[in-house]
Amino acid sequence: MTQSNRLNGGLINRGKPLNFNFDGRAYQGYEGDTLASALMANGVRFLGRSFKYHRPRGIFTAGSEEPNALVELRSGARQEPNTRATVAELYEGLVACSQNYKGSLRYDLLALNDLFSDILSAGFYYKTFMWPAAFWEKVYEPIIRSAAGLGRLSGEDDPDEYEKGFLHCDLLVIGGGPAGLMASLTAGRAGANVILADEDCRFGGRLNVEQEDVGGKPAVEWVEQAVAELTAMDNVRLMPRSTAMGAFDHGIYGVVERVQDHLHTPVEGKPRQTLWRVYSKRAILCAGATERPIVFPDNDRPGVMLAGSMRAYANRWAATPARMVAVFTNNDDGHRTAVDLMAKGVDVTVIVDARLDAPTLTGVRLISGAHVIGTKGRHGLSSIRVRQADGREETLACGALGVSGGWNPNVHLTCHQGGRPVWNESIAAFVPGQNIPVGMSVAGAAKGLFSTEDALRSGAEEAVAALESLGIAASALKLPRAVNSAYNLQPLYHVPHGKGRAWLDLQNDVTVKDVKLAHQENYRSVEHLKRYTTLGMGTDQGKTANVNALAIMAELTGKSIPETGTTIFRPPYTPVVLGTIGGRTVGKHFHPTRETPTDKWAREHNAPFDTAGDWMRARWFPQPGETHWRQSADREACNVRKNVGICDVTTLGKIDVQGADAASFLNRVYANGFAKLAVGKVRYGIMLREDGACYDDGTAARLAEEHFVITTTTANAGAVLRNMEFARQCLWPDMDVQLISTTEAWAQYAIAGPKSRELLQRIVDSEFDISNEAFPFMACDSVTLCGGLRARLFRISFSGELAYELAVPTRYGDALWRRMLELGQDLGVAPYGLEALDIMRIEKGHPTGRELDGRATALMLGMGRMVSRKKDSIGSTLDQREGLTDPNGLRLVGLKPVNQSEVITAGSQLVNETAPVHIDSEQGHVTSACISPHLGHSIGMAFLKGGDQRMGEIIRVVDPVRGTDVKVQVISTHFFDPEGGRLRA
Amino acid sequence: MLDLQSITPLWGETPRADQFNRLTITEVPNQALASLALRKGREDEGRKAAEAMLGFALPEVGRHAAAGSYAASWFAQDQWLISAETSEHELMSYQLVDAVAGLASVTEQTDGWCRFDLEGMCRGVFERLSGVNLAAMEAGSATRALLEHLSCMVICFETASHYSVLGPRSYARSLHHALETAARSAL
Repeated sequence: MTQSNRLNGGLINRGKPLNFNFDGRAYQGYEGDTLASALMANGVRFLGRSFKYHRPRGIFTAGSEEPNALVELRSGARQEPNTRATVAELYEGLVACSQNYKGSLRYDLLALNDLFSDILSAGFYYKTFMWPAAFWEKVYEPIIRSAAGLGRLSGEDDPDEYEKGFLHCDLLVIGGGPAGLMASLTAGRAGANVILADEDCRFGGRLNVEQEDVGGKPAVEWVEQAVAELTAMDNVRLMPRSTAMGAFDHGIYGVVERVQDHLHTPVEGKPRQTLWRVYSKRAILCAGATERPIVFPDNDRPGVMLAGSMRAYANRWAATPARMVAVFTNNDDGHRTAVDLMAKGVDVTVIVDARLDAPTLTGVRLISGAHVIGTKGRHGLSSIRVRQADGREETLACGALGVSGGWNPNVHLTCHQGGRPVWNESIAAFVPGQNIPVGMSVAGAAKGLFSTEDALRSGAEEAVAALESLGIAASALKLPRAVNSAYNLQPLYHVPHGKGRAWLDLQNDVTVKDVKLAHQENYRSVEHLKRYTTLGMGTDQGKTANVNALAIMAELTGKSIPETGTTIFRPPYTPVVLGTIGGRTVGKHFHPTRETPTDKWAREHNAPFDTAGDWMRARWFPQPGETHWRQSADREACNVRKNVGICDVTTLGKIDVQGADAASFLNRVYANGFAKLAVGKVRYGIMLREDGACYDDGTAARLAEEHFVITTTTANAGAVLRNMEFARQCLWPDMDVQLISTTEAWAQYAIAGPKSRELLQRIVDSEFDISNEAFPFMACDSVTLCGGLRARLFRISFSGELAYELAVPTRYGDALWRRMLELGQDLGVAPYGLEALDIMRIEKGHPTGRELDGRATALMLGMGRMVSRKKDSIGSTLDQREGLTDPNGLRLVGLKPVNQSEVITAGSQLVNETAPVHIDSEQGHVTSACISPHLGHSIGMAFLKGGDQRMGEIIRVVDPVRGTDVKVQVISTHFFDPEGGRLRA
Repeated sequence: MLDLQSITPLWGETPRADQFNRLTITEVPNQALASLALRKGREDEGRKAAEAMLGFALPEVGRHAAAGSYAASWFAQDQWLISAETSEHELMSYQLVDAVAGLASVTEQTDGWCRFDLEGMCRGVFERLSGVNLAAMEAGSATRALLEHLSCMVICFETASHYSVLGPRSYARSLHHALETAARSAL
C-alpha cells in the first residue's frame, strides 16, 4: 500500500524506509515514525475494537495519553498486549495486531454487544449476575472472563531482560519541552548535577510538533541546539524514552527507561527496560499538558481525534488521518490545527467553533457558535452533523475531525503524595495545588502556562529558585524570543444536542449516559462515579476523559467542577510492564544464594539441594542404583551409626563474642547458665525472646577467658546476631562485649560415627591428643591438621554418635572435605546430607525449627529446667506466665505407631484413642516425623496436651486432608540410645 | 608442611578476572582480614597499640587508610577492618591479638569475605546495584552499602574508577554474577 496520507516535511528520515506488518498486511513507514503515524500515513484508520461494545476505534492522540489505538506489539514470546501505537517507535520488521475481537477486526462477532448497549450500561454486572448464585462460578464468570480484557498474553516466558537501578542528582527535570529544556540549560550551566527525563525519544515536547520560532529560528532547530549543548555537559544526563512514572517520598522518583523497546530484538545482556529510582534533591515537573476533547454523540469513530494531535501528526510525522478534515474547537488552539494542515495541503472543510465570537481564518469556512452533534461512517468517519447557533443543522463530509476542548495541565505527579490540584478558572483546568511533593516545583504547561514564552521563562525561573535553595548560584538565562499566543478558551465539555451515545472514556466505553445513571443511582462522589462507571480505570487512566466527566457530574449535581473535585492520582503515570518492576530478580536470581564450602563437590556428585534461607544445602548424595531419596538418606544415616559420616554444617550461624564481660553477657542472653563454663568446653544453650518463647538453640564454646564462639541455627543466624547487638548496644551498653559474625569464615564439618575419632586422628596433626580422655565429650580446642592448617575442633553431637565438628578457614574447606573422604575410605566414610541429618536428630529427639516454631517455650520442649532461676536472662520472667506454665499445656513427646507398618506424617493432628476427628477433640500436632532405619518403623515428635504425663497412652494421629488415621503410643522423644552412651564413647 | 590446596571464593585455584568494555573486575582472594574492635574503657590504649603495629592512624568514620603492608577501613564505632597481603601476613590476626592484647578484640575475617576490585568505568555498574551513590565516593573513603541485597564493604581508591567491593564469601558467586551482569548491561 502506498503512503496515501503522507505529507511533506516532518521530522522523519525519508532516507530510511522501514517495513512493518499490521494485521498480516505489509506496510512501509520511515525512521522517526511511530506505529500510529506510519499506519496513519498508510491510510489505516481502524485500529481496534473498544473494550465493552466492540466499537471500531482509531488513533485519538499522538502521545502516551492514547485511549484507543491499543495493539498487540511483536509476536511470539515477545508479544505485548495493550501497547499504545502512538508511542511505539517504528523499526524494521515490526509486527503488530489489532485486538479485542472475535472473528476479524472488520467483522467482529462481539460487536453484537453494541446492539445491546441499552442493557449493558454502567452497573450492568452488579445488577445482572447476582442470581442464581450457583451460576456465578460455572456460567457467568467463564463468559465474562472470555469476553473481558483487551489484548492477549502470549503465555510464554518473557525472553528479555529488565533491570533496576539508582540515580542521584541535584535536579531532576521531568519533561524535555520548552520549560524542561530551559530548566536543564539553566541548571546545567550553573554546574548542578541534572537529569532530564522525557518519555519521548526526542526532546522538545510540543516544540517538535508546532510551526513556530524560538530565538529567531524554527523551534526544532532551537531544540537541537539546546540538546547539543546539554549533551556536551558532563553534569547533565539526558534520558530520552524515560517516563517519570511516580513521585515518591524524600525526592525519590520512579523513572522507567525504555532502553531497547525501539529495537526489533534487544541486544543480549542489555535490558529492554530499566526502572530507575532517582534520588533527587530537587525536581521540576515540566510534564506539559494533555488536550481534552469536547464530548458529542458518536464521537468515537475512527477519524475523530484531538486537534493538537492531528497537527502533531502533520508537522512532526508528515501524516494526516484524511485528505479532507474538519476541526471542532472552543479555543484558538484548535485554529492552529486548521492553519497547519492547510499549509501542508490538507483540505480543511470547516472549523466548527463553539464560541460565538470565534476569530475568523482566511481560506477556511468557520461556523461560530456551532456544535458537532453527530457523525457517520461505519469503520471510519465519513461526515459530521453540525448544529449552528440558530438551530439549523447540516451534514458535512470529512474523513477526520480534530477536536479541541482545551488543555489539561499534567498535574499527575504533583498529586502522587496526596496533593490535590486546584481549579484555574482562566484556563478552565486543574493546575498544581500548594501541597505538592516536597522539593518539587512545576513549570510550563504543567503549571497552566501554555504559551511557549511563558514555558521558557518559568523553566528558567524554577531552575534558578531550585538551585538557590540548594546553595548553588545560578543566573537566569537570556530568554529566547518565542510565541506568546492567546488561548481564548470558552469552556464546553459536552454538547447538549444530538442523538446517540456520547463517549467520555473511550478506553472503558463510558458514556455521558453512564455518568447520568451513576448520578441517578446516587453514585455522585467522584470516587463512586469512577468505580461505578469504570471511568478512568483503563490503562490510560482517563487522561482524556476525567475532566469532562467531572464537568458533567458537576452539572448534574449543581456544583462547580472544583467542588466536585478529582479522584486521586496514583503512580504509575503511564503503564509499567511487570517485568520492569521485577527487574533481574527472576527465576533462580530471585534472591542471591549462599554456597557452602562443599557446594562444588556436591554438584559434582549430583546432590539435590534444598534452600535454608539463602543457603543451598545438599539433601543427599545419591549412589549408583539408588532411585528414591530414602534409599540414599537411609544408607547415609546407617553409615553414620555404623562407620563414620561427614556433613557440611557451615550454614550454622557462628558469632564471635569477646570482651571482659563476654561471659556475663552470654549469661544474660542464654536462658541457661554460661558464666561458669570452663575454657576449652562447649555447652548447649537456649535463647528466649522477651515474651518467653524459645527462639533459638545452639552451642557456646569458650575458647579463652574472654572469648567465646557461639553457634546458632541456620535460619536464625541473622536474628540472633541482631538481637545480641541490640542487647549490647541498647540494653547493656556498659558491658564490654564485641560481637562479629564468623559464619562463613570457617568451613565447619560434622564428623560423626563410631569411627569418627579414627578418621580425625588421620588428619589432625600428631601433637594434638584427641583421645576420649584428653578430649572428652563437650571439649573444644584449637588444633592444626594436614601439616599445619589452623583449625578448631569441638566434640559435640547432633546425631547422637561419637561426633565432632571441625572448623577450618573456608578456603581450605573443599580440599579438606575431599581429603577426609580419601583418607577415610577404609573406615567406610561417606558424606551425609540434610535428610540423614534430620532422621538422626529425630531419632535422638533433638528439636529444630519445626519444634522451635515461635510459640514453643522451654517447658513445652521439655527443657523447662534449663531456664535458670538463679539469674536474670532475656525471657526468663515472661516464660513463667500462667498461660505458659499450664501443666496441661502442650509438651513435646515421641510417638510410635502401634502397628509398626503404619506411618506417622508431620503436620497431622492428634486426637484421643476413641475421640471423633473434630477440631474440638484436637490434642496437639505432629512436628517432625521420619521412618527410622535403625528402629525399622515410623517415629514422630509431637506437641501433645499434658504430654509429659501421658507416657504409654495410646492416641491417634489423624490427617483428614490426606485421609490418614494411625494409632500411636506416646513415648519419650529419645528414640535411640536414650542414655547417650554412644556419644561419650 | 600444609598439603591442602585452597580455593578462591569463586571456586578457582587462581583468582578470576573479567574484562568488560572499559572495566576490569578482578577477584582478590589473597587478603588477610581481621576485625579490630576496641574494648570498652580501653579505647585510647587500644587505638595506640593497634596504630603502633600498623604504622598509621586508624581512619575516621567512613574512611580508609593504608601504609606499608597494612590497610584499615572504618567498619563501625570503634571498629575497623584491617587487611594485608596473605602471602606476607597470613597470620596477621594473631599478630594483632598480640599487639592489642586485652585492649581490643581481634577476630579473623580472612575467609569471611570475598573481594572484587573494579577498575575502569564503575559508575554504570554501581548505578545498577546500589542505592548508595558509590560513584561519587571520595578516594580514601569506605562505606557499607547494599549490593544485590548483600551488605558489602565498598572502598574507593579513585572516584568513579577504582574500588574494592567486599561481600560475604558464601555469596561470592551471586555477588560476582550481579557485578558481571551490571557491567555487561552498563558497558
